[in-house]
Amino acid sequence: MTEPRQPEDTQKGISRRNFMKNTGLLAGGLVGGSLFGGLLTNQLQKPSAPADMGKEDTHLLEARTFFSNAEDFLILSAATERLFPKDDLGPGAIELGVPYFIDRQLAGEWGMNGKEYMKGPFLQTGAVDPYESQADTTQDQGPNAETQVPTPAFRYQTPMTRGDIFMEGVHALEQTAQEKFEMNFRKLEPEQQDEILQMFDSGKAKMNGVASTTFFNLLLQTTIEGAYADPVYGGNRNMEGWRMKEFPGPRMSYTADIEKEDFIVMKPESLRNYQGH
Amino acid sequence: MAKKLKKVDVVVVGSGWAGGVVSAELAKAGYQVVTLERGKKQERQDYIGVKDELRYTDRYEMMQNLSPETITSRVKIEDTALPVRTRAEMMAGTDLGGGSVHWAGATYRWRAIDFELRSKTIERYGKEKIPEGMTIQDWGITYDEMEPYYDKWEKTAGISGEPDPLGDKRSNDYPNPPMLASPAVKLFKETTKRMGYHPFQVASGNLSQAYTNPDGEKLNACMFCSYCTMYGCDFTAKSDPLATVIPTARKTGNCEIRTNSLVRRVLHKDGKATGVMFTDTRTGIEYEQPADVVVLGAFSFTNNRLLMLSDIGTQYDPTTRKGTIGRNFNGQFNITFLGARGYFEKKKFNLYMGAGALGGTMSDFAGDNFDHSDVDFINGGGIEMRQYGDGAISTNHVPKGTPKWGPEFKKNSIHYANRSLVAWYTPAVMSWWHNYLDLDPTYKDEYGDPLLRVTNRYTDHDRNMAKFGIEKCSEIMKEMGADIIDEDEVPEEFDHIYSGGHYAGGIIMGADPETSAVNNYLQMWEMDNLFVVGGSAFPQFGGHHPTSTIGALAYRAAEGVEKYLKEGGQLAEAKQATLNA
Ligand SMILES: Cc1cc2nc3c(=O)[nH]c(=O)nc-3n(C[C@H](O)[C@H](O)[C@H](O)COP(=O)(O)OP(=O)(O)OC[C@H]3O[C@@H](n4cnc5c(N)ncnc54)[C@H](O)[C@@H]3O)c2cc1C
Ligand code: SF4
Repeated sequence: MTEPRQPEDTQKGISRRNFMKNTGLLAGGLVGGSLFGGLLTNQLQKPSAPADMGKEDTHLLEARTFFSNAEDFLILSAATERLFPKDDLGPGAIELGVPYFIDRQLAGEWGMNGKEYMKGPFLQTGAVDPYESQADTTQDQGPNAETQVPTPAFRYQTPMTRGDIFMEGVHALEQTAQEKFEMNFRKLEPEQQDEILQMFDSGKAKMNGVASTTFFNLLLQTTIEGAYADPVYGGNRNMEGWRMKEFPGPRMSYTADIEKEDFIVMKPESLRNYQGH
Repeated sequence: MAKKLKKVDVVVVGSGWAGGVVSAELAKAGYQVVTLERGKKQERQDYIGVKDELRYTDRYEMMQNLSPETITSRVKIEDTALPVRTRAEMMAGTDLGGGSVHWAGATYRWRAIDFELRSKTIERYGKEKIPEGMTIQDWGITYDEMEPYYDKWEKTAGISGEPDPLGDKRSNDYPNPPMLASPAVKLFKETTKRMGYHPFQVASGNLSQAYTNPDGEKLNACMFCSYCTMYGCDFTAKSDPLATVIPTARKTGNCEIRTNSLVRRVLHKDGKATGVMFTDTRTGIEYEQPADVVVLGAFSFTNNRLLMLSDIGTQYDPTTRKGTIGRNFNGQFNITFLGARGYFEKKKFNLYMGAGALGGTMSDFAGDNFDHSDVDFINGGGIEMRQYGDGAISTNHVPKGTPKWGPEFKKNSIHYANRSLVAWYTPAVMSWWHNYLDLDPTYKDEYGDPLLRVTNRYTDHDRNMAKFGIEKCSEIMKEMGADIIDEDEVPEEFDHIYSGGHYAGGIIMGADPETSAVNNYLQMWEMDNLFVVGGSAFPQFGGHHPTSTIGALAYRAAEGVEKYLKEGGQLAEAKQATLNA
């Protein structure tokens, strides 16, 4: 971008018109065929991207802070949607804002492994291959399954941060799609995407630096987190994740209800409500 | 050169229950105490309004920062140990109050037999019952001797509970009645009762009513808010050091608590501890804190590592099976807490409500409450069903066979979100010659000091016990009316995941200096003015949660320190463990 963004753009997200006005693309006639053209098309093509959701306040949270390349972000988004798809129970990962949740997590302390022991030597390079052939016997799933490799192997033995692993992983998803179907990951049929994700889950996909299972488990963990964490982190948009699960969010007290036999459905409240008490 | 500070009577390392109780007791007795804590200052007010599952449960907000220091882990002595790098794999407490602040609050006394496990096992079943290589020991103290300390700690903590019908003699009831029971807990208690067992409600550090403890500290009644385990309580309704012993110590005016103070060495000269060396983690400045008595209450890992780094005592050597420091590493994780999960089609429970220690339990398969003639293991454990209050992120239980992601996963995880209950066995973990602690030859902390290395391997004994427990839990789930029951699998081998904070051993208690590092006052045999307090003293694990035993031992140690300050010398007589022969 050649010009600084206007303040209203950061507020509302970049509309096509503002984007072009600000970058002078229209005037210069550069749209299409250029680097920016690709970016523009992506911006507009987001299938059921959160940007289409219409609610003005949710837009405030939407901007990539980790993924610099929009295409990478869209691949990530498509993958999360397969892990947690939209159905008649309610929204899927994209509508819940999961990709933005992941993006922000990766940009922060967790994505940079700020509180993990990251000193060498690392066993990783030697360890990746053998793990691929082993069955995944670790029974846990979803959250806290991060970088799980089959027991009794060690889990996290790599100098790569979680951010690095995600970058590699997203590129490997695309690479695998190209090799297997000669197509963009995003453009594949859902079943084909599942097939690729399955390869990653079982450690059969090729990845640099870590086993594909490592990336897959991180992806799965963060997808679930993004669906159900407090909306303050950018996922679980409008508390729709909680609503599906009939989870009420943080509450002061259940003393009056703890002995009750009937199931009680409450309208969810978030930290925003709770801290306002 | 380290800056030398003014000498005090006692320096205590760590501010959890272990360090906190000792600090409070000695400060109350009028001694000058300095308590050093590596983590930051933390007040109860810090938890008000922070019910955030991602931050606390998934990102381990209250756990040790591993970037400067962790442990390394391996299964066999000939393996190369690797660092346990992430907080999902390694949970240890830090900050003022330590792991004793984010504990759940489930409170159990250990059984009489736990303290004399070796001799009682031999007495009842003969020596052959103890497999070759199992290094279980008597503690050098009996339950009857421990009882007053348990009682004292329970009163300080305001434990809420009802007596275990199969429990050992108590001098007093719990200071508070049990918590309210949820329908799920009632179902567990009624079902197991019908099955002929002796259920009771888990005694809890979550208080059932407002309470003022003997030191004058006030606690509130639990609200079942469910943000409890791995969180600090924002209502002062969970008993922890921040609500009890730390303010008690402070009030005396005799105890200075210094946070951001990482202790790196115990200093000693001519067989006596002279103080400790610590680094202020904010400035990097090194200090020397001289003291007449040094107390380590810095949790099992640090207690062990500090002795090793300071070259105190004799390091255990698995090839000769001699030496005491690092011996008998034990604890509950991975292969323990296995059981069965039941899925209920017709019932829905309010599982988002709960409290850390809300639950039902029974001791019918604990300790020596059942006959072991036909089972191929020693000791046993409680069977528990808890209602912690499920978080939305961490509760995605689906019946086996459900894919772990995709449409079916989503459907089932949502359907069963409030329909699944789990019962587990909390077995005692025995000690073995091949499970021990020493310093890692390769990996270092930020100061260049070697990390602690854990060597831990499973035996058939462990697997047999786990299997036994899983079967019992499965039967209970069936009786409770579950439509689908998923049994946990017994892991083949240790997975290097240190979750839950129940790790122990390494500086174990006993009557014989050949096989124990501390006497029954937690005083080191080899250094009279050094006391090592905490789970590090367990020769083997009991079949329940450890913290009340740690609290009781801390009162015992405090008494010992006071005795030592008055009289000096060894407080216990060394005995050759005749049964070892
Ligand atoms: C999630 C979780 C749930 C638990 N729930 C239960 C339960 O329900 N029931 C139960 O009985 N037990 C439970 N436990 C275990 C319980 O937390 C411990 O048994 C107990 O806290 C141990 O007390 P402690 O004083 O020995 O150690 P801690 O409370 O951990 O205190 C040790 C202190 O020493 C400090 N320290 C360490 N190294 C240094 C150093 N080098 N210099 C200075 N300070 C240092 C630490 O920062 C820490 O503050 C749970 C543990 C976890 C992790
Ligand atoms: S469940 Fe009870 S003890 Fe636990 S945090 Fe909530 S109020 Fe405190």
